[in-house]
Amino acid sequence: MKRFSQLFIELDTSTSTNAKVDALARYFASAPPEDAAWAAYFLAGGKPRQTVGSRALREFALAGSGLPPWLFEESYQAVGDLAETIALILPPAADESDAGLAEWIVQRLLPLRGQPPAQVVERLHQYANELDTAGRFLLIKLIGGGFRVGVSRLLVTRALALHAGVDPKVVAQRLIGYTDLTARPDASSWQALVAPAGSAADAQVSHGTPYPFFLAFQLAATLDEFATVLGPVRDWHVEWKYDGIRAQLVKRDGRAWLWSRGEELISERFPEIVAAAANLPDGIVLDGEVLVWDPGAGHPAPFARLQTRITRKNVTPKLQSQHPVVFVAYDVLEVGGVDCRQQPQQVRRATLESLLADHGSQITDSELRLSPLVREPDWYALARQRAQSRACGVEGLMLKRVDARYGFGRSKETGAWWKWKIEPMTVDCVLVYAQRGHGRRASLYTDYTFAVWDRAPRDAIEAQAVRDAVAAASTGAMRDLPQLVPFAKAYSGLTDAEIRQVDATIRKTTVEQFGPVRSVVPELVFELGFEGIQRSPRHKSGIAVRFPRILRWRHDKPLHDADTLASLEVLLSASG
Amino acid sequence: MPTACCAWQPWCSREGKITDLVVERPQGLYCPAGDFHIDPWHPVARAVITHAHADHARSGHAHYLAASEARHLLRARLGDIDLQTIAYGERLRIGDATVSLHPAGHVLGSAQVRIERSGRVWVVAGDYKLDEDRTCAPFESIAGDVLVTESTFGLPIYRWRPAGEVFAAINAWWSGNAAAGRSSVLFCYALGKAQRILACVDASIGPIVTHGALESLNDAYRATGVTLPATLRVTAIADKTTLRAALVLAPPSAIGSPWLKRFGDYSDAFASGWMQVRGARRRRALDRGFVLSDHADWPGLSQAIEATGAARVIVTHGYVAVMVRWLRERGLQADAFETEFGDEAEEVAEPS
Repeated sequence: MKRFSQLFIELDTSTSTNAKVDALARYFASAPPEDAAWAAYFLAGGKPRQTVGSRALREFALAGSGLPPWLFEESYQAVGDLAETIALILPPAADESDAGLAEWIVQRLLPLRGQPPAQVVERLHQYANELDTAGRFLLIKLIGGGFRVGVSRLLVTRALALHAGVDPKVVAQRLIGYTDLTARPDASSWQALVAPAGSAADAQVSHGTPYPFFLAFQLAATLDEFATVLGPVRDWHVEWKYDGIRAQLVKRDGRAWLWSRGEELISERFPEIVAAAANLPDGIVLDGEVLVWDPGAGHPAPFARLQTRITRKNVTPKLQSQHPVVFVAYDVLEVGGVDCRQQPQQVRRATLESLLADHGSQITDSELRLSPLVREPDWYALARQRAQSRACGVEGLMLKRVDARYGFGRSKETGAWWKWKIEPMTVDCVLVYAQRGHGRRASLYTDYTFAVWDRAPRDAIEAQAVRDAVAAASTGAMRDLPQLVPFAKAYSGLTDAEIRQVDATIRKTTVEQFGPVRSVVPELVFELGFEGIQRSPRHKSGIAVRFPRILRWRHDKPLHDADTLASLEVLLSASG
Repeated sequence: MPTACCAWQPWCSREGKITDLVVERPQGLYCPAGDFHIDPWHPVARAVITHAHADHARSGHAHYLAASEARHLLRARLGDIDLQTIAYGERLRIGDATVSLHPAGHVLGSAQVRIERSGRVWVVAGDYKLDEDRTCAPFESIAGDVLVTESTFGLPIYRWRPAGEVFAAINAWWSGNAAAGRSSVLFCYALGKAQRILACVDASIGPIVTHGALESLNDAYRATGVTLPATLRVTAIADKTTLRAALVLAPPSAIGSPWLKRFGDYSDAFASGWMQVRGARRRRALDRGFVLSDHADWPGLSQAIEATGAARVIVTHGYVAVMVRWLRERGLQADAFETEFGDEAEEVAEPS
């Protein structure tokens, strides 16, 4: 645990990617294989089932620290992380344990699951007494199942590749399934992960596993630069960018599997897609998008309807008919059991088209379909098509070079995929509630709720009257005045300096506090961007927006000029 | 909180006789018996100053009283003021009160103010720490009936490691950087923390460069008799390769400033008690955060409060509400004074 704790500190205190990769590679080289196996598992995003619930953790923390619950709560509010709070408030450790990470996990933590609470608390006392603050923090993180340090799966892949002397693509392939919920990494799975290239395991792609997903970069160029940056349109395949669940459909040995981009097996959520894949030949892997698409509709349904399919555990026939799903295929990664990711985009596309055409007679059009190409003579014509995105229920366009190989992750090494998304919808709105952030933003007010006017104030004076009435918490004075209707929460988009400024204003203009939330005097106007908008009976405003984020702080915009519910209605009617 | 009557009119009290030796006034904390203020934030006739940090030692008062060791620092900060200094422990009669100053262990010349009248003793501790610090006299526990205390780090999450461990970590970071050929830029408060670091790091690792804002304060420390290693101004360095092995001390206000450009590919760190919390470390996006404070941690506050034997405690700044509630639950009479302490520009606290 000490060695892993040291690695964690190195990763946590470094802002340089190379330093992190080096630290990881050094750890992998020095740790015993069974420890390295678990370290790779956690750092690559593996989460065992929670062994102890957060209520038991709190009980343990209160008993161990001897603090009253209110003081624990104050501490938690200041820290913003349960595991860290507990690690900090416990009295210093008596002695230190030399047990390795694997021993900690396998012998000590995993057996806690399902134990009676009293016994769990007693064990935790014993364990915490053997660890320093960093060790305790990790222990509690590992218990809770949520473990994040500034390391991406791609970074871990690079470090493993460096350590093993193997191509990162091969390592990425081997990592699939490694972090499954049921996986129990050990010395032998570690050996397989870092074995020399060309080992038997690599040749035979195991049952059902997908390939690492290739991700696109956001295109930053302006339209006029496209010809210079991208070259002629004919070098590119252009498709709609769908707003669904990116997925791979794997068909091998008479069975089909559907994997999400998080490498989660989602077959059971979408049985109709799995059923449709039964008609495909064996040894096929398709890359595409899962979407809700009503029969006969010209374009897919909004993401919110797909969400109802994801969140429901039981997929009933009723749910299936209410929100019918389809798989829109845009790439093929394996044909006849052979990996074809190294073939150019246009060859893979041709294979995909003929594949779907050959079996089209057996495949009902509604469940498995081809992502059409958008063909235009030049970038400007494409830009006009892109402008139609919202009405077509898509997020913009995807550009794929005709000679692009299918890479992995968001790497620039192979080929080139770009996403050319539409500009977000925007409104100017007013900050009305604030809540403290978590993690690195704990103790600052960083999570905001925004409102628009129910009717436009006549002038600055009327808006000022609203401001004063709120400040005086006088509901009487608010009668006949326009109201601010909360409609969205957002937290990203401001610089750290701006956050500190907004935080200071929030503290100064707080009207009321409800637990961690403060209501503030309406003063600050922000431009909020979002990707989609739809009616929602669950929201007070009757409207829900998708991916809301702060675009900028409108210092220049007076309160009475903020947008109204009517502005939202206009956006609503414009988006299909 | 005291009632408005007591706060604004010190001659009046609910019992009809003068009992409180220190009360709140718009100008600052006030001792009616001696007719003087302690660390006032508005100009007054007579000010007793606990230490030279900007939120405690302000300009504009007619007369200043402070500990002898604070003399050079106060002159460096406030210039030519009417300053009277006394030795720690020396008793001075002011009006009806007997006043003495005692080491607070916070920074050089920092003092607790002990006020006695008719057998009753109040202690205004100012800012203080119990940990060892070779740049100032160690905190002295003073028995009193009432204690006026700070609560900057008044949450149980703040528990300092022994300073020796922290300096060992700073030394290791510095020598690691020096071996890799990059400067080690360490941000710290200009008064107190910077000199404590200077006095405690291993100066044999490499040269030490200080930001201009620290120099007059370093000089004041040296003039008071505190031994500090030699420090260089960056402008005085002809051979730029010297910088690669250097420890560079700079105030937090230098973060992101062009002054740092000359150090090229440097590693940066911040030394502060706030670095205890991971979120606070990460928010600053610096390479390292060293948990080093000149304030008492949670156990230190409890220990200091208990040692005075005071049955009544008044909290001035920091996690005030938390500390007041905690003390009340432990059977003490606890209240708060509303002050303007704790917002010294460079000592940016992250209030609750």
